[in-house]
Amino acid sequence: MTGRTSLLLLSAAVASTLAGCASFYEIPIETPIAAKLDVSAFQRVYIAGFLSGGTSDIDGNLETVRLLRSQLRTKSSLRVVDADVLPLIKDAGGTGPQGAQGLGAGPAAEARQAATGEIRNEKDLQLYEHIFGDAEYWKRVGEEHQGPLIVTGTILFTPHSQSGMVQREREVIDPLGRRRVEPVREYMERKGFILQEKIVFIDGRTGAQLHSEAWREERLYNQNDTTPALSSFFELMDEIIPRFLSTLSTQRVRGSRVLIK
Amino acid sequence: MRCRLPVIVALIALLGGVVYADARSDARAQVEFGIAVAQRGLWKEALYRWERATQIDPPYAAAFNNLAVGYEHEGQLDKAADAYERALKLEPENAMVRQNFELFKEIHDRSNQSSTP
Repeated sequence: MTGRTSLLLLSAAVASTLAGCASFYEIPIETPIAAKLDVSAFQRVYIAGFLSGGTSDIDGNLETVRLLRSQLRTKSSLRVVDADVLPLIKDAGGTGPQGAQGLGAGPAAEARQAATGEIRNEKDLQLYEHIFGDAEYWKRVGEEHQGPLIVTGTILFTPHSQSGMVQREREVIDPLGRRRVEPVREYMERKGFILQEKIVFIDGRTGAQLHSEAWREERLYNQNDTTPALSSFFELMDEIIPRFLSTLSTQRVRGSRVLIK
Repeated sequence: MRCRLPVIVALIALLGGVVYADARSDARAQVEFGIAVAQRGLWKEALYRWERATQIDPPYAAAFNNLAVGYEHEGQLDKAADAYERALKLEPENAMVRQNFELFKEIHDRSNQSSTP
């Protein structure tokens, strides 16, 4: 036991003797959440790009790549590979057994057709998702960047509107002039966005898929609000990023608890 | 003999009470010391004290609550869940334990959210 620890224990003993009155104490804690994925085998991480679709107001692929790279630079011990974003939609059209080049009909043809248009929904995305299982493709990508952990996936950012009863708080002043807040239910038309994100982690040395996570977040605003798509996208990504980071590295969640005598 | 029996029963009851009171006061001393060291960041020592308290006085809900908080801080989430459940089983109406447990579950659920291997 070090001298400092002994001193702390002694002062704790004195404090526990003196503080005999209170029966509970609020204390700050930091809960470590262990990473879901063991990335100790990797020194580098390559955010390769995403199959993205939904609204054309933003480029979900580029925005997500930029955001995740900047987050990993500051909050992860892995070195972030600064390379071009992969043209996944194009590549998915020409690789694997279901690739559009190899076949002339069925899902492949649909993929080829969709490649010329836009990805609007999950069904459109599914046409390209076979690329995540193409180990040869990812191994080739990995070899170009010294076998990093590859992060890829799908992004679907779609406009959404909803109408119905909503509870909100209204400030009222009673006859005595006192302010108070009361809940009111009212019918509202609201609009916003839904962000559906699937992140796939691939071993750049073998091309094998290691892990995947899927999240869905939505934000609705008052019909009269003119929240830009990009602002909403970042609001939704704010919810998702801590979960993404907790997959790769141990995160500490700050909070407080009550200790009782 | 007949008049001695109530006296013996009373003595046993009294002695039982004293033993229980001793266990509770010993456990309470451990709990208080644990709180004091936790407030100074010595969580391992605090955990040891609260573990001792639960051994000395197993129906002491506060000791289990604090033990749960200690486990949470150390990232031993399964043990924390067990300790919170023990505390709530002993004192189901304790609002502070309930609040701690609710906050704990929020973090625990978040860490286990949607994963598709």
